[in-house]
Amino acid sequence: MKGSVFLSSLVRKSSAGTMESSDVFVELEPAGEIEIEIESVVQQQFGQAIEQAVRDVLREQGITGAHIRLTDRGALECVIRARVETAVRRGKESV
Amino acid sequence: MKNDKLVPSIAEAVRQCGLRDGMTVSFHHHLRNGDYVLNMVLDAVAGLGIRDLTVNASSLFDTHMPIIDHIKNGVVTGLEADYISGGVGAHISRGVLKKPVVFRSHGGRPYDIERGASPVDVAFIAAPTSDPMGNCTGKTGPSACGSLGYAFPDALYAKKVVVITDNLVPYPLQDWSIDETHVDCVVKVDQIGDPSGIVSGTTKITRDPVGLVMADMAARIIAASGLLKDGFSFQTGAGGASLAAAKYLKDIMLRERICGSFGLGGITGYMVDMLNEGCFETLLDVQCFDLKAVESIRTNPRHREISAMHYASPGARSAVVDSLDVVILGATEIDLDFNVNVHTDSQGRIMGGSGGHSDTAAGAKLAMIIAPLSRARLPIVVDHVTCVSTPGETIDVLVTQKGVAVNPRQKELAQRLRDAGLPVCGIDELKARAEAMTGVPQPIVRGDHPVAEVLYRDGTHLDTIYNTL
Repeated sequence: MKGSVFLSSLVRKSSAGTMESSDVFVELEPAGEIEIEIESVVQQQFGQAIEQAVRDVLREQGITGAHIRLTDRGALECVIRARVETAVRRGKESV
Repeated sequence: MKNDKLVPSIAEAVRQCGLRDGMTVSFHHHLRNGDYVLNMVLDAVAGLGIRDLTVNASSLFDTHMPIIDHIKNGVVTGLEADYISGGVGAHISRGVLKKPVVFRSHGGRPYDIERGASPVDVAFIAAPTSDPMGNCTGKTGPSACGSLGYAFPDALYAKKVVVITDNLVPYPLQDWSIDETHVDCVVKVDQIGDPSGIVSGTTKITRDPVGLVMADMAARIIAASGLLKDGFSFQTGAGGASLAAAKYLKDIMLRERICGSFGLGGITGYMVDMLNEGCFETLLDVQCFDLKAVESIRTNPRHREISAMHYASPGARSAVVDSLDVVILGATEIDLDFNVNVHTDSQGRIMGGSGGHSDTAAGAKLAMIIAPLSRARLPIVVDHVTCVSTPGETIDVLVTQKGVAVNPRQKELAQRLRDAGLPVCGIDELKARAEAMTGVPQPIVRGDHPVAEVLYRDGTHLDTIYNTL
């Protein structure tokens, strides 16, 4: 975004995604360490896979502290990764 | 005229019918999610202090949620149904009822009522119009629902029959569906249902591109099957993709001037359009899904009401499903042996039931399942379905947006579809394609308390549904 500065750590609350079926709503805020909350319609089938995807994206983005909450409506892994990455980028943006 | 069938209240009718602790009461579901009758009757029964009843309902909808309280306080201790929607089903799945629910199909229910395997003590008929002697119909009245097909076994074989109406007309009602010879009591109430929940204004075809791809493929399969010729017969559901398939099929039939013999089922406005445009000689209707279907069955003599027995009973000398060419059906899951689940969602929670699924699949020459490769990250094809609702040997084809799997028993059909250029593949390939997108799901954990027993249409045991944790 024009005029904005991207930082290496989270500076504000952010979110990405929707509550539509097959999407995921991601809410993110800065925190001392990584805390992940997942509520999913496919918790039993994919709960572990979702958590692993979230951890991978946070690591790739260099995030060591964040409180992240996912409300998952059955999103594919590529969607989860994209939504988490978007929330992280928004959270790094100083406006 | 001696008017002694007319009683002042539901409670009085219950008393006159001699309903006692431990008996079975029955209901039909043509008022669907707008029905007031089941709740009114159970409230009246509870008020009289009667307990330990079995409720045999052709279907239960979320408007019947008060039944959960009657279960908790011991008024209702047994439940038999062909379909239970998700709200009530979630409570059942958590084990609110000690005794497992007995699930039947729309054909199995009348068969078991008729042969005494599931006897009914008192049947309550929700009738949109009745005269004081109980000649009644669903075609007219402020709560008109069209066909009363599923109420026929109740009216014919229950020990006592109570008609409940909000539109009492002078004797004799001319165009009756169920006649007075079966009826013990008639009760007039203010309203038997909420018209907006009884039938939808219009059922709409899907605009979802995946649904349209599947619908187009389904119509092309029917055209390639060799069954689409004069005399063709057809049933489809009211789901968006099924309706879209009917629309594409209609285009083919009109273009090629094919005149079918009958359309069957739960009838929607789309089937009425097909009748009026000459695709079928007649519609055989066990239940109306929308206002257009109700209007048509009231005014068009070629649109006929049929009973549940005539629709699908395996005990009938013959039933319409036995003459059916093609049926399009849905699924929440289908397994590598083509067994279909329509009772539970993928978490194992009850949210449906056979309805006429297994009856039409058994009868039709071509039984087609139409379902997307995955829904909300869950592949539609699984190793073993959570619940067997319809046995795989009665299913011929699975249509997804990425390919068509033909039951290996149907080698000739597979060849016809290949020759027509349809993307035929193995059902295991569809599973693999879905899992490449979604990942492989971990198995769900279920409890060990049985919450429902699923009976096949002939009364044999198909599967057991266990509680959710």
